[in-house]
Amino acid sequence: MVEARREFILNAVIVLALFAVPLWALMAGEPFIISLATRVAILALAAVGLNIALGLGGMVSFGHALYFGIGGYCAGILAHHAFSGTPVAFGLSGTNQMLVIWAVAMALSGLVAAVVGALSLRTSGIFFIMITLAFAQMGFFFTLSWPAYGGEDGLPIFVRNQFPGVNTMRPWELFLLAFGVLLVALVVFAMLRASRFGAALMAIRQNPDRAAAVGISPFGVKLTAFVISGMLTGLAGAMMADLSRFTSPAMMAWTMSGELIVIIILGGVGRLCAPVLGAAILVGFETLFGGWTEHWQLWLGLVLLGVVLFARGGVIGLIAGREGHG
Amino acid sequence: MDSAVLELEGLCKAFGALKATDDVSLTLQPGEIHALIGPNGAGKTTLMAQISGAQAPDAGVIRFRGQDVTGLSVAQRARLGLGRSFQISSLIPEYSARRNVMLALQARQGHSYRFLWPVRHDRSLTGPARAILDRVGLGPRASVPAGVLAHGERRLLEIAIALALEPACFLLDEPMAGMGTEGVGRLVAFLRDLKQEAPILLVEHDMDAVFALADRVSVLVYGRIIATGTVGEIRANPEVRRAYLGDEEPAA
Ligand SMILES: Nc1ncnc2c1ncn2[C@@H]1O[C@H](COP(=O)(O)OP(=O)(O)O)[C@@H](O)[C@H]1O
Ligand SMILES: [Mg+2]
Repeated sequence: MVEARREFILNAVIVLALFAVPLWALMAGEPFIISLATRVAILALAAVGLNIALGLGGMVSFGHALYFGIGGYCAGILAHHAFSGTPVAFGLSGTNQMLVIWAVAMALSGLVAAVVGALSLRTSGIFFIMITLAFAQMGFFFTLSWPAYGGEDGLPIFVRNQFPGVNTMRPWELFLLAFGVLLVALVVFAMLRASRFGAALMAIRQNPDRAAAVGISPFGVKLTAFVISGMLTGLAGAMMADLSRFTSPAMMAWTMSGELIVIIILGGVGRLCAPVLGAAILVGFETLFGGWTEHWQLWLGLVLLGVVLFARGGVIGLIAGREGHG
Repeated sequence: MDSAVLELEGLCKAFGALKATDDVSLTLQPGEIHALIGPNGAGKTTLMAQISGAQAPDAGVIRFRGQDVTGLSVAQRARLGLGRSFQISSLIPEYSARRNVMLALQARQGHSYRFLWPVRHDRSLTGPARAILDRVGLGPRASVPAGVLAHGERRLLEIAIALALEPACFLLDEPMAGMGTEGVGRLVAFLRDLKQEAPILLVEHDMDAVFALADRVSVLVYGRIIATGTVGEIRANPEVRRAYLGDEEPAA
């Protein structure tokens, strides 16, 4: 109980910090920092998605970049056609409305996650990791050789897509949008985890035989979680494309999948605010050391090693202790 | 005899050259405890695994309440009312005893695809879970994670989970293993009550417990049932004595 209260306070501090830093930057006139915070929020959103599959369900997907990239290309392609006034396919036109783009991105990444999940969830361990990686690599090489949308050069978004009542070209407003969506995703994660579905999912992670023996089919529960997971990561991909006003195959690269896993391990697998803290650490490292040395990833790797060896519950576990399930 | 709750017919299962289950037929009648005994490696756990659906038989039919369930998954059979406990405790280690039972209750209710309402405040789960834990004597340990419970407590939690499923029959694989005399005594009394609720197919090594409880006994040796009968018949059966009971009991 003490641990639960401590984690609650820590979560509040993490979320408030993510809000306070760009607010300070706004007043200090540092738009670059606001964009960094937006990047943290969107990466965190993507990792909240992965945290459902990996943290709650124990499904070590090494291919979540696939959904991130699908979201990104949804934003890029729809915006591209809205800009050029050409139809996407079958007479359907593009759009620059984020709400529509997000819906398409979530639907499409959810659909692909359903297919990938259906084909991979009967395996486990290293096989599951390799299959999810293989699917993501297929997506990566597909976009790489897709000249209609830029191929390896990627696809720029010339004018940032729009959201009702928000001027998306203003960094602070775009941040608020990303921050708001992240908060919703965190609430979704918390509710899911506390629900009957979450109870079943976490039980399956710990002991699938027992879950089956009481009458809960592991496959259906895991597949459902995997689809929800892919949808959230896909949504984040669409938002990331709009933040950087650019989509490219790099969004689907295996390094992206790895980054999402790193974020969660850094923060603490399965912990509510692990994605936020992990994303902040990752972006922080990239920014602080990225300009100073090419080898910032090496330093991050050392930190990661330390976390894996000495803080199995990630940084949140280190501060707030073990998680209880009542 | 056609009212059997559970009926195995000609079940066979081989691991390579080893016939772990060799043409096994048996029934479980309403209201009875049918004990399955046999030396280590006789194939008792393998048989239980086929009944629960964890392993597929090579041949034969498993009928549960008149329905052929041979092709159904573990979860499907559990939902039909086959309640299984494991020889080696198989629990959700990070969940408290209470949450383990609540999970069985939610599965029993058939609502695991609910995403909003928190389980912790679900009175249709917390109330019955407390009652069941009290019944098996785990009430004071309800909040302890299953992975931290003592061995005997984990055995009791296995039973509590099976109770929560309100099954139409219980499959208990060595529920008394490693429980100590006092624990065994309490469990014997408990199982004698339990069979009022649903018949029990009981695999057990403790012969005193088996002879005290069983309405019928089947003896499994090298995958084959060599005899089925009442406790008295089994004790008197020369083949059983030779193959299994050995010199344990002097001739009457
Ligand atoms: N998965 C398996 N693969 C190969 N052999 C097995 C397997 N499971 C059980 N066996 C063998 O089948 C026989 C019966 O085992 P088991 O059913 O566990 O016996 P019991 O529960 O009566 O002690 C043993 O010889 C065991 O080694
Ligand atoms: Mg056994």
